[in-house]
Amino acid sequence: MTSTKPVLRVIDLQVSYYTEAGRALALDRASLELYPGEKLGMVGESGCGKSTMALAMMRMIKPPGRIEGGQVFIDDIDLMTLPEAKMRKARLSLISYIPQGAMNSLNPVLRIEAQMRDAIKEHLPTMRDAEVQARIYEALESVELRREVARMYPHELSGGMKQRVCIAIGILLGPKVIIADEPTSALDVVTQRQVMETLDRIQKQLGAAMILIGHDMGLMAQFVDKVAVMYAGKFTEISPVRDIFTNPLHPYARALIESLPTLNNKGVFKGIPGLAPSLINRPPGCTFHPRCPEAMEICKSVPPALIHRWDGRQVACYLYDHDGRRADEPAAVSAR
Amino acid sequence: MTQITIASPQAQTRSERYQHPSRLTLTLRYLRRNKSLVIGLAIALALALFSIVGSLTIDTEKLAYPLAVKPKQPPSPEYPLGTDFFGRDMLAVMVRGVWQTAVIGLIAGAIGTGVGVVLGFLSAYYGGAVDTLIRGITEVLLPIPAFLILVIIAGSIDRRSVTIYTMALIVSLLAWMGPTRIMRAQVLSLKERLFVNVAKLSGMGNLEIVFKEILPNMLPFILASFVSGVFAGIFSSFGLSVLGLGPLREPLIGNTIWFAQQQAAFFNGWWWWPLWPTLALILIFVSLTLINIGLDELANPRVRRTE
Amino acid sequence: MTPLLEFRNVTKIYSKGLLSRAMTVALDDVSLRIEDDQPTIMTVAGESGSGKTTLAMLLLGFISPTHGQILYKGKDIAKLQGEERLAFRREVQAVFQDPFAVFNPFYTVDHLLSVPIEKFKLARSKREARDKMDEALSAVGLRPEDVLGRFPHQLSGGQRQRINVARALLLKPRLLVADEPVSMVDASLRATILESLRKMNREYGVSIIYITHDLTTAYHVANSIIVLYRGSVMEAGDIDRVIRDPQHPYTKLLIDSIPWPDVNRKWGQTEIKAREQDHGSVETGCKFASRCPFVMEACRKAPPPLYQVAAQQAAACYLYEKQPVLAREQLSQVLPV
Repeated sequence: MTSTKPVLRVIDLQVSYYTEAGRALALDRASLELYPGEKLGMVGESGCGKSTMALAMMRMIKPPGRIEGGQVFIDDIDLMTLPEAKMRKARLSLISYIPQGAMNSLNPVLRIEAQMRDAIKEHLPTMRDAEVQARIYEALESVELRREVARMYPHELSGGMKQRVCIAIGILLGPKVIIADEPTSALDVVTQRQVMETLDRIQKQLGAAMILIGHDMGLMAQFVDKVAVMYAGKFTEISPVRDIFTNPLHPYARALIESLPTLNNKGVFKGIPGLAPSLINRPPGCTFHPRCPEAMEICKSVPPALIHRWDGRQVACYLYDHDGRRADEPAAVSAR
Repeated sequence: MTQITIASPQAQTRSERYQHPSRLTLTLRYLRRNKSLVIGLAIALALALFSIVGSLTIDTEKLAYPLAVKPKQPPSPEYPLGTDFFGRDMLAVMVRGVWQTAVIGLIAGAIGTGVGVVLGFLSAYYGGAVDTLIRGITEVLLPIPAFLILVIIAGSIDRRSVTIYTMALIVSLLAWMGPTRIMRAQVLSLKERLFVNVAKLSGMGNLEIVFKEILPNMLPFILASFVSGVFAGIFSSFGLSVLGLGPLREPLIGNTIWFAQQQAAFFNGWWWWPLWPTLALILIFVSLTLINIGLDELANPRVRRTE
Repeated sequence: MTPLLEFRNVTKIYSKGLLSRAMTVALDDVSLRIEDDQPTIMTVAGESGSGKTTLAMLLLGFISPTHGQILYKGKDIAKLQGEERLAFRREVQAVFQDPFAVFNPFYTVDHLLSVPIEKFKLARSKREARDKMDEALSAVGLRPEDVLGRFPHQLSGGQRQRINVARALLLKPRLLVADEPVSMVDASLRATILESLRKMNREYGVSIIYITHDLTTAYHVANSIIVLYRGSVMEAGDIDRVIRDPQHPYTKLLIDSIPWPDVNRKWGQTEIKAREQDHGSVETGCKFASRCPFVMEACRKAPPPLYQVAAQQAAACYLYEKQPVLAREQLSQVLPV
């Protein structure tokens, strides 16, 4: 962390979905901070709210979903208060989002360069054609694609190449914050590594802050600086990546880490018992308490707040007092 | 930016806390949202009731045909819808006419869809030569302007042998190609689905798979095809009869309008004569279109609107 | 001893369209045996385009080979009729990748379980059938009253996949083909499902062919492994050996690209020489040659045979030409049980 001021500050963001079965609280006053050049990984089960948070930050939540509160500051601009026209400008130029399955969202009847041109013209309508073209080539080169790709159609490219095109579009205007939502989920392991290495390089080049959303802890271990573990719309723990793997604080994070297969624990399978909670009828208190091996009385009635510890880690659990200290320091998880 | 659809939150699994609403409640709730379907069905039902109750209470055998009552009477308590030039009671004419129109539509829809389902299935499931043959015939006949052919056929048949049933058959002749294509496309895509493979793994035979696994998933398409067929049947027959090519003795809606036009009804001040058939036609048109839209929404979950 | 299932020089070639002469060799002369008396768990690993899905489809009899034969208990599966065919179906089952696509959306999820019970006559009454379903569902951690009677879209992906595994448990086949059973499922559920598979192998003697691109889960589940690349076997053997000490350059690349959830083990020890394969180029010689950092002249001339580098490990690479050659038909010899 070189700079002292965070480039992204999310404060108490709340999103609900109004379905025919009731109101589902998908994001429960989530907050986080990100510094320039920092990489944050957001993990959690499906339906826990990770994509919802990303979309909420981009103000791309559609009905029946609704953003019910919160602020999202990029430097000093609160995205939630911007009029729609300014928000459109902000998307891609300040904060960009590479959606899940992005490679399937490329327009099949347009050449790559046409799609990139559209994105640029939307934001910088007065830019000269030659300059636009130069930007396009620059973006493609930065993701290690040949210039010729610009003239191709999406179906002529492989999965990995399409994903890199999507990354290129995401960085066209040099945003300050890049959100990549499961960018490699449909890709093979070798291609995945190539794409992640590309993403890494781009991010360093731009000095942007990045949020990587996924459920593959392995990817997180290889790529990010900090990990935020989300459960039922709330952050349960936010810690540096090394700490999460060696000494997870929150019982859910701990269970997650212990269920991961590694080379050293062949044959040992530890799943997390129980089922994910309903967001419409949330369990009272801490949403994890029905599945928590260390649940206490208070966990059943009052939801714990996210505490900032002295070492920079954040955890929302009654096992830790308001300084973030634990009565009995847990033994570190076996060496990985 | 790209369009995103958000998956709805996970299904509730604590059955104690959340009571699943009954099928009836869910159906009613759905109908409340799918107004097209409800209104369309309501109109169709109303027309059906009009026709059924009418045929039970009025002697349409006699009154819907010429020289049954005093001609050229405006609407009155004795003749609620008036009478026409030839001495037909308009109420009887409408009751019987709507019924006959419906019958023609239903026959045409049934034949068109039925043939379509059979041919489409054969074509898609067996492939090869069978497929090429059926597809060839379908593709050749499809672009032919059906109405033109119908006019030619209807025009060349001896006038006296045209009954409403022959009309229905004539109209059906060119109604099966569209459904065949649709059914074939659906079966082709369905038979590649994983659950068909799983059915094979579970020991199901080919024929069983066709009826138990594939056919149920085609129901929305069969239904929609049927409604379209009825629509096309009614309008083809209307088109033919309004040109005077139908079974002229019968009180078909198209015939009534043709006669009314022939006798210059409006100019002669017999405004009620063409009015009722026109109204009936509009109602039928609106009803079928709304049902079609409603079915489309039902079959295509992405078009569904949420509350 | 007649093997339970045998692939004899099976090749599958797809041609692109009627007039085109371009062909894709999905599987190139692969032979293997699953013995009848020793239930084992074998992994077939590969990325997309490796032929692993084709292998699964061939195993299950959904497609037929272009060359070679697939034998079930000594009989060609393409020729099975009547009772024998039904027996084949009962004894060879599958768990597929997509938890949703296996369900017919018209029926409740019960349909998936009730159809095979009925067809294979696994129960003598409705009561017994229901009991069996309850038992299988409980074994995978589901409460029957929570899922039976529901439609597939009303359940979560994890629940659906568990029902799929329950189906396999119910049927207790001799051979189970698991095609990426956990790739579309959350990490927390994977362990449970994989444990169910292992239980089936241990307690009911079910042989499992575990098809995946995820070597981490394969490592935990299987005894032996075959690594496929574009239709050919690159390396095979005992899974511990192959993953800890890969011999073939492709396997090395694969293992090195796995994002291990271990902060100390980073990516990128092996350099990725070339980017994605240039599809459509017909090559003589080793299929991996254009991406291999160790490529030699010989590699481009003819594809290398399998060399036996250890008692339970073989690699198809000229780097090991000093080792004894292992004929394709004898592939199963290096695979432990």
